Amino acid sequence: MAELKYIEGYPEYMYELIDKVHATRRNRRDNPPKEMSKKEQEEVLNLHPDYAPGGKRKVSVGQNKGDIAPDPVVDLLEAYPLVEEKEIDISKVDYSVDILIIGGGLAGTTAGIWANSEGIAKDRILLVNKLRHGDANSIMAEGGTQAADREIDSLERHYIDTMGGGHFTNKPEVLRALVEDAPFIIHWLHELGAIIDKDEDGNFVEKWGGGTSIRRLHSCKDYTGLEEFRVIRDEFRSREIGCIEHYPAIELLTDGENRVTGAVLYNLETGEYKIVESKATILATGGFGRLHIRGFPTTNHYGATADGIVLAYRAGAKLRDIDTVQYHPTGAAYPIQIVGYLLTEKLRSSGAEPVNIDGEAFVFPLEPRDVESAAIIRECYVRNKGIKTPTGLIGVWLDTPLIELKNGKGYIEKAFPGMNRMFSRYDIDMTKNPVLVFPTLHYQNGGVETDLWGHTTIEGLWVAGEVSGGVHGKNRLMGNSTLDTMVFGRRSGTSTAEYVKSGKEQGKLTLEHQKKYVEMLKKAGIKPERRSPMLLPEYRGKGALARMIDVF
Amino acid sequence: MKNKDESNRKLDAGKIMDRIAKASEQIVSGVKDEEVENWVTIYVMGRAYKVPADLTILTAIEYAGYKFLRGCGCRQGFCGACSTVYRKKGEYKLQTGMACQTRVEDGMFLVQIPFTPAEKASYDIGKLNYNVNSLFQYYPELARCVSCNTCTKACPQDLEVMDYVQAGIKGDFKELAEKSFDCIQCGLCAIRCPSELVQYNIAQLGRRLYGRYDSPEPEHLKKRLQEIQEGKFNEVMEKITQISIEEMEKLYTEREREEE
Repeated sequence: MAELKYIEGYPEYMYELIDKVHATRRNRRDNPPKEMSKKEQEEVLNLHPDYAPGGKRKVSVGQNKGDIAPDPVVDLLEAYPLVEEKEIDISKVDYSVDILIIGGGLAGTTAGIWANSEGIAKDRILLVNKLRHGDANSIMAEGGTQAADREIDSLERHYIDTMGGGHFTNKPEVLRALVEDAPFIIHWLHELGAIIDKDEDGNFVEKWGGGTSIRRLHSCKDYTGLEEFRVIRDEFRSREIGCIEHYPAIELLTDGENRVTGAVLYNLETGEYKIVESKATILATGGFGRLHIRGFPTTNHYGATADGIVLAYRAGAKLRDIDTVQYHPTGAAYPIQIVGYLLTEKLRSSGAEPVNIDGEAFVFPLEPRDVESAAIIRECYVRNKGIKTPTGLIGVWLDTPLIELKNGKGYIEKAFPGMNRMFSRYDIDMTKNPVLVFPTLHYQNGGVETDLWGHTTIEGLWVAGEVSGGVHGKNRLMGNSTLDTMVFGRRSGTSTAEYVKSGKEQGKLTLEHQKKYVEMLKKAGIKPERRSPMLLPEYRGKGALARMIDVF
Repeated sequence: MKNKDESNRKLDAGKIMDRIAKASEQIVSGVKDEEVENWVTIYVMGRAYKVPADLTILTAIEYAGYKFLRGCGCRQGFCGACSTVYRKKGEYKLQTGMACQTRVEDGMFLVQIPFTPAEKASYDIGKLNYNVNSLFQYYPELARCVSCNTCTKACPQDLEVMDYVQAGIKGDFKELAEKSFDCIQCGLCAIRCPSELVQYNIAQLGRRLYGRYDSPEPEHLKKRLQEIQEGKFNEVMEKITQISIEEMEKLYTEREREEE
C-alpha cells in the first residue's frame, strides 16, 4: 500500500470528501432535518444493537432466571467465584465499619459525604476503590446535568421527557425522586463551590439534550463530570472519611439469611485479601462498558467491568432492564488512537449535526440516543453513505464547524476545550473541519433494582449510580446520569445512616449465599470455566500473552 | 417493534452487527501483527520493545505485555492516572505527557508516575473567608513560588500553571479559576516544582472559593427550590406517577418543544 498523504490530520482521500460538508453547510443550517415520528423511530431501532438479532441469551440461574441479557453479562453472572470459603478466613475482621461504600465515583463519594453529614463518624465509613478514588466514568462525563430549575420548566416536564426517552419503562417512584431532587443537587454543587456555566446576568446557561423538550442541561464547559467530581472528592477528603485505593471488593458477605453484612476485598498489587464487616453496604461500582458488548469500542474507563451486578446478584439481589445497552451516537471513529472516545452530545445541542459522505444531513441531531445511534448505523451499513477510514472503520461526519456558524467564531474553544485539545493532538482542527463519528458503547441502562432510597431487594444493600436499574428504564437521557449519581448517592448515604442510627447490630459474616449460588450453577450444568467479577479487561498483546508462564 | 415483514431486515441487522464488530476488532481485542505496517522501538523503564507505531504510550505498554494495575484510569485524558515522563534518545529534554493521550515515538525512554505524594488541606468551604489569605492560610508554601515556569512546561494539558499560581498569590481568583479549570490533577507539576508546591490542590481550593463566593446562586434556582419546599409540584407529581403508559405516551408525544 502506498504511503498515505495527510492534510490537516486526515488522509488525503478523506480530506477531499470534506469539501462536500463545507459546500452544504449554509443550506443545512437553514433547513434542519425534522424529528422522526414514533413509527420512523421504531423502524430504525431494528438496527440498534439491542434489537438486532444475536448477541444475547437467557440467564439460567438466580433471581432473574429467564431474563435476557447480553452474552458477556450472562457469562459473568454464570461464572464461579474468584475465591471460595475454604481458601480464606472470614472470621478475622480487618475493618469494622457502619457503612461500607464500594466504588469511588460520583455516587459513592456523594454517599460518603451525606452519610457523614447525617451523623456517621468519618472513621465509621469506608470507601473502597478498585483503582484510584476517581477512576470512574463520572469524571469523564462531558455534557452536563439536568435539573428543571428555569421558570418555564417544571418537574413534570423533566419526568415526561425522561419517561419518553426510556420508552415508558422507567420505575415511576424512582424517577420521581430523580427529578424532584435535581434542583437541590445543583444548589448543593453550587454551595460546594462547583463552577457551573453562567451567563452575564448570573443565570445558569442551560443547553439542549437529546430527547428533551426544553433546555435543561447545566454544564461546566465540556468538563462537567471532572468539575463536579473534583469538587465532591475535595469535600470528601476535607472530611477525612475512610478511603482505600486499589482494593476492589471481590465478594459480598451475608448473614446467610438475605442480609448483606460486609465484603471481601482484594489487594490488586500484593494479592492479600481483607475482610470488612459493615452494618450497611452501598454498591456504587458503575457499569459494564469494558465488556465490549457486540464488539463495540467504549467510552468507559478501564474498570467498567460489571463487578457490582455480579456481586449483588450472587448475594440474591434482583436486576432489571439488563437487556438494554446504551450506545452513544457520537464516539470518535478517527484517528485510530481515539476510536470509541466520547464526543459529547453537547456538540449536537450546540449546533453540530451528523452528515453523510454526500454532505447530507440525514437525521435530526437530537433524537434519543438509541434512535440517533441506529440512524447512524443505517447510514453507514444499509444506505452505504458512510466514510471509510484507513483501518476499515466506517463513520459519518459530525459537522462541528456548524457550531461556530451558528454561535460565532471562538465558541468551540470556549465551550469545548477538552474536545478541541484532544483533536489538536492529532492535528485535526474541529473548528475548521468536521470529525468522524460512529456509535460507541456508553452506558448500562439497567442494573440492580432499587426503591427510591437506593435500597435493593435484599437487606443491608443499597446501590447508587450506573450499577442501579429502574430510573432510566431501557434508555437513559443525556444529563440524567451525573444527576442519578448525586441524587441516589445522597439518598443511599442518608438512608444507610438512618438504618445504622436505628440501632442495627452488625450481622454475622458468612459466604452461605455464595455456596448456594455455586450449587445452582452446578445444577444448571455450568462448567467451572469462567470466574467473576472480572475486575480488569485484558488488553495485553497477543504475542506477549502467548508466551507467558506462571512461575511464582 | 415486531412486525412480521421485518424478519428479513432483522436478519440483515444481525449481519450488520458482525460487520461492525469486525471493523472494531483491533480496538477491542488488539492489533494483528501481520496488519501493522509501521513499527517503533520504545523503552519501558529501560527495556526495549518493538511496538506498532499507531499506538499510544498506554496501549503500546499493554501491547508489550504489561497489565496495568496502576497508572491507568479513564484511558481518555480526563482522570490524570497515567502521568508519564520520557526522554527521547539523543535529546536533553525531559518530557511529560498522559500515556493515553500521547502517541509512541521511536526511541522514547518511558516511566510512569502513577502516584504523587501531595498534601491536601482540610477545610469547610462554607466557613472560609473569600480573600487571598484563605489560600495562604492552608497553603503558606504558595509564597515559595520562584516563577521558574517548570510547572507550565510539565503540564500535559498545556495550562499556564505558573500564571495561575501567581494569580493565586495576588488573590485574583477569577484568573486562577479560568487558567486552572482544565486541570486533571495528574500531579506532574507538583513532581517537577523546585519550590515543592502542590499546585493542583491549591488551585482546587481557589476554584471552590471562586465557585462558591464569586457570584450568588441564580434567582431562578432559589425560586424553584422554594416552590418544591412549599409543595407546589406534589399534586401533579403524585398524579403523573400513577397514570397509565398510554396516557403517558400521549403526554410525551403532545408535549411542546421550547423554541430554539
